[in-house]
Amino acid sequence: MTNFMSQWVYTPVVKDHFMNPRNTWQEEENFQADGIGEVGSLSCGDQMQVMIKVDNDTISDLRWLTYGCASAIASTSMMSEMAIGMSLHDAYHLTPDKITEALGGLPEHKFHCSVLGDKALRAAIDDYLEKAGRENPFKNSVAKTICECNGVTDMQIEDLVKRGEAKTLEQLQEITKFGTVCGKCKQQVSDLFDEFKHIYNV
Amino acid sequence: MEQKTIYLDNNATTPMHEDVIEAVNEANTLFGNASSMHSYGREAAMAIEESRKALASLIDCDPSSIVFTSGASESNNTVFNIFRERIDLGSKRNRIVTTTIEHPSINELVKYLKNLGYHVDECPVDHSGRVDLEVMKTYLGEDVALVSVMAGNNEIGTIQPVKEIARLAHEVGAYMHSDATQAIGKIPVSMRNWDVDYLSLSGHKFYGPKGIGVLAVKAKAPHTPLIHGGHQEGGRRAGTYNTASIVGIGVAAALAERDLEEESKKLWTLREMLRKGIEERIPNVVVNGNQEYCLPGTLDVSFPHAEGESILLYLDMEGIMVSTGSACASGSLEPSYVLLASGVDIELAHGSIRFSFGRYNTEDDVAYVLEKLPPIIKRLREMSTR
Repeated sequence: MTNFMSQWVYTPVVKDHFMNPRNTWQEEENFQADGIGEVGSLSCGDQMQVMIKVDNDTISDLRWLTYGCASAIASTSMMSEMAIGMSLHDAYHLTPDKITEALGGLPEHKFHCSVLGDKALRAAIDDYLEKAGRENPFKNSVAKTICECNGVTDMQIEDLVKRGEAKTLEQLQEITKFGTVCGKCKQQVSDLFDEFKHIYNV
Repeated sequence: MEQKTIYLDNNATTPMHEDVIEAVNEANTLFGNASSMHSYGREAAMAIEESRKALASLIDCDPSSIVFTSGASESNNTVFNIFRERIDLGSKRNRIVTTTIEHPSINELVKYLKNLGYHVDECPVDHSGRVDLEVMKTYLGEDVALVSVMAGNNEIGTIQPVKEIARLAHEVGAYMHSDATQAIGKIPVSMRNWDVDYLSLSGHKFYGPKGIGVLAVKAKAPHTPLIHGGHQEGGRRAGTYNTASIVGIGVAAALAERDLEEESKKLWTLREMLRKGIEERIPNVVVNGNQEYCLPGTLDVSFPHAEGESILLYLDMEGIMVSTGSACASGSLEPSYVLLASGVDIELAHGSIRFSFGRYNTEDDVAYVLEKLPPIIKRLREMSTR
């Protein structure tokens, strides 16, 4: 039950979105989603579901459900306001930094919560494209190279963790060969691995 | 309209009693160093000895057993350090036994000691957070130097069979320590009756000042100071006497002893009112901890599909102050180790809220919480994933 007093200070924008969340899913509304994305799990302490309607490759409407703390709720709410009206391309490239910035900042250890919002959105877009039987043109465009020596991207790590192909850091290294040359990326890969394991509850 | 404020986090800390504030203010003029032989020094020393007697009376031990410290964290660290030294000096008794749900000042200390290579065992607890004596027995043996078990848990309120564990510890020749920080003023605490060799407590948990606590040490139990220096406290804890705070904790001790029965009854009544009210008004709730052996003012409840930090902050907006075992409030990704060690499902741990009552709470407070809490849980559940 450790509390860090200084980190409890939420910005007025976070407070507003937490107290008055926008675009939450309501049963009676009977929202017909074209794509649904879900990340996180109840046992992780945060889970998000994003439902999108797509019109002319633009997100015309969005609803969400979040189980989580104030940062998680506020991040999803802010993400929903930002994403509605965005092209699929722009929505796919919406980063946690942009969401956090719009919220006026989050305490450092809460950054994790805003990572889930954009992931759930991307998952919903993936789902939409898959259902529509279309190729996913965005998949590789948002990948960031983590291991420069062997060209391992964050997307690659995410996919391997998500699909359960890399259950341990050692397995991940066996598949991708990350960190086997200069070794500079080891810590970053390890952090990402833990993060993705947490997000996808594997 | 002024917003109502209801403080239900008394296990975290309590406000000072007005008598304590008054006594501390007065004692602040006793500036003499209590170790000095002159009149000012003796004046301060006399006030300190009065306080020592009040503490000894509260926990039923000899006044000479009382060592003033900066709080229970220091007291706990001191006890473990005594046995660490004995182990370092080659004692054949080289194992320490404690439990999985101790306060962080022991829990984290144990991790630290284990990393250094010391042999420390943590006896598991049952689903109510209680130590099973038969299980404890399996952890004890001739190689055990110290057994340390808290009297009452800060999060879930579970009371441990300290007296029975002390007997088992003594049977194998080990010393017994109990962190009684949460028990003071809520249940009878007796060093003599429990037959414990060391006992820790902290002033601010029973309406005394912060930064002052006690380690009570039985006459024949080994001792090594954690803080070396002057000869204060009979050489058991160095550092100039904190006269005003010592006077304050003495007044708080006298009040705690005087009001124990009445307070204990009142706390349990309020706790039970809240528990029943929550169970009646909110579907799908789980009450954590032991409902028979429980500190009277502690109620820990899990609300599935509503996350703890969110509940805490929504309650705070209504002026209700509580605490949570949720990971989000801890700065880590792990929820309360106390709940997890008690076998509480991880999902339930994330949605746990601790209400802890104190002497200034009333039945109106409970009514107010019962009015505000149900819509908050309903709202969070509606926006939660299913």
